[in-house]
Amino acid sequence: MDCSELISGIKNKFPGFNAVSVSQNYLDEVCIKVPAQIFKDTCLALHAILPSPVMMLFALDQREEAGKFVVNSVFVNFKASQWVTVTIDVPQENPCFDSLAKSIYSAALFEREIREMFGVEPKGNPDLRRLKLHDEVCPQGNYPLRKDFREIQPGELAGYKFARVEGEGIFEVPVGPVHAGIIGPGHFRFSVAGEPVINLESRLGFTHRGVEKLFEGKSCPEALRLAECVCGDSSFAHSLAFSHAAEKISGPRIPAQALYLRGIFLELERIYNHANDVGGIALDAGFSFPSALASVVKEAVLQLNERLCASRYLKNVNAVGGVSSGIDPHRKQELLAALKNIKRDFDELTEILLSSISFMDRVDTAGVLKRKTAQDLGITGLAGRASGIPTDLRKYFPGIYKEAKFKMALQGSGDVLARLRVRIAEFAESCRLIEEFAGKLSDGGQIRVDPQLKPGSALGYTEGWRGPVLYWVKTDPRGLIERCKIVDPSFHNWQGLSYAVLGNIIPDFPLCNKSFGLSYSGNDL
Amino acid sequence: MLRILKTRVLKGVVTRHISPELFKEIEPDGRELRSLIRKKFGRSLNIREVDTGSCGACESEINAANNPVYDLQRFGVNFVASPRHADALLVTGPVSKNMLTALKKTYEAMAEPKFVITCGDCALDGGLFKDSYYVEGPVKDILPVALHIPGCPPSPSAIIKALLAFLK
Repeated sequence: MDCSELISGIKNKFPGFNAVSVSQNYLDEVCIKVPAQIFKDTCLALHAILPSPVMMLFALDQREEAGKFVVNSVFVNFKASQWVTVTIDVPQENPCFDSLAKSIYSAALFEREIREMFGVEPKGNPDLRRLKLHDEVCPQGNYPLRKDFREIQPGELAGYKFARVEGEGIFEVPVGPVHAGIIGPGHFRFSVAGEPVINLESRLGFTHRGVEKLFEGKSCPEALRLAECVCGDSSFAHSLAFSHAAEKISGPRIPAQALYLRGIFLELERIYNHANDVGGIALDAGFSFPSALASVVKEAVLQLNERLCASRYLKNVNAVGGVSSGIDPHRKQELLAALKNIKRDFDELTEILLSSISFMDRVDTAGVLKRKTAQDLGITGLAGRASGIPTDLRKYFPGIYKEAKFKMALQGSGDVLARLRVRIAEFAESCRLIEEFAGKLSDGGQIRVDPQLKPGSALGYTEGWRGPVLYWVKTDPRGLIERCKIVDPSFHNWQGLSYAVLGNIIPDFPLCNKSFGLSYSGNDL
Repeated sequence: MLRILKTRVLKGVVTRHISPELFKEIEPDGRELRSLIRKKFGRSLNIREVDTGSCGACESEINAANNPVYDLQRFGVNFVASPRHADALLVTGPVSKNMLTALKKTYEAMAEPKFVITCGDCALDGGLFKDSYYVEGPVKDILPVALHIPGCPPSPSAIIKALLAFLK
């Protein structure tokens, strides 16, 4: 589907469509500018014809240079391997736009975020509570992502209103923000009738550090280091998505060797996290032996990472324009040998798990997230694939994955077992991909080019182990970051958890939670 | 069950077998740590961990210190679920404004005597996040900090070594 086909598709669905401009700055990005009045209808049409959830929805503050805010809504077009952005101007005198939330649920959280960060009102959104700036510590009227914001101004503090379930025999169980394990902070409010959970509200934002604001004014190498610390267990995926955006803006061709190396590191990140989560699921079902075995597998991958690039979490290895260090033939042998052991241990682990009747009894049909619900919420990545949604950027934006004949893992039942099976399948596939990419490495090939940064904007993306990691980056004439919008898959998927636990008992919550394996820091930014 | 037994026997004690260099690195430190903890804490040092806005890498390494390879617990260090059971509070992250109250309350919930350890560069001075509008840290301005473990993130062996150096 090229641009014109897409436009006629929208016109079919929404006859009143009338674009101010349609531009295609990159092969994989279409930007449609529309008058603010038809923003909602255009988004609805795209949502229906692609079909795609709202993958990103964010604002920019351009009051100083143009007297306006800009709101961008990004959809994905898997059929054409393209991202479609609908953009509108929002006048600074009347900062509001039509809310999509009632028709496209996946837009709801983004709109709340825009409101708290920019003070731009999503008209018609029924829920305007703040996500990241907690009312108890941050007075209303502070909009951190506005360009003229300096620091938080004192003012009147308020409280947070949880959704309440009322009725006879209903009670609430509050959990967090500090949890019993060694894990990030978040508050969960369960409403329970007898044993089953009938409502779960997660209140997150506890690890909010103002990451997007910190990106502003940074040079690309500095920003890359920051991207690595946005979400510690996806540091390579985040740095890759950021550098992808920066490279699209500056436009150099990345050497093939660098692409293979990046592929290897990205898959290594996936396998250590999958091993960790498989172990976590076993532990939360009270099965300690496989969990210990899984942590041995994870440790083996982390130690391998350290031998390959001197960082257990693959930091400092990615660079804008390529990678900073290669894998020589000696290291390659080491990689392949270690991988063989890792694979053997992991196979043993899965056999132990899947042949244990009491374990299977716990995970089978626990925490079901139905496909329809998952689609409505815009669930992405591995949780989406477990619920039967074929969504994987490695398949639809293939690059090096095409020649490696990447096979997407897909399950249908949407329960804990399905998410476990997706991980098991992906672990094997990732090991295969690493071997495939390692076979393509040649000694002495170029692994890095030096990009000259220009002003511009682009969307960088990569399929991290949880799902798509998206970075929308805009640079100014000096090549410094003007705005960076980050979407970690956790942002979409936390909502999935709230629906998956319904009808389950509270003791199964850790199990459901671990099966999603979501990040607090990636969500809270 | 048979498979578990087989794996258990074949694998043996992984602290010994996974990497001989690592074994040499950790074992002497660990043994010393154990005798110090026996002496100073009457058997075990109980730690409660609080994340005040870390990226999760420090948590991952603290968890790794408890995996069968490093097995910090055999040296007498336990990570406990409640601050009421803890001797020490281990803090990671630059202290997001949203976590300030929770951090203070966790510290207040601990019984005396107690001390605070910070883990990772963010907890020392805010690290990459120190200029943020939403960072309240560093931890040492909020609670009395007795020990800092540097690194981004500190490796499990660095955590073990730092604990040992502190207790000596």
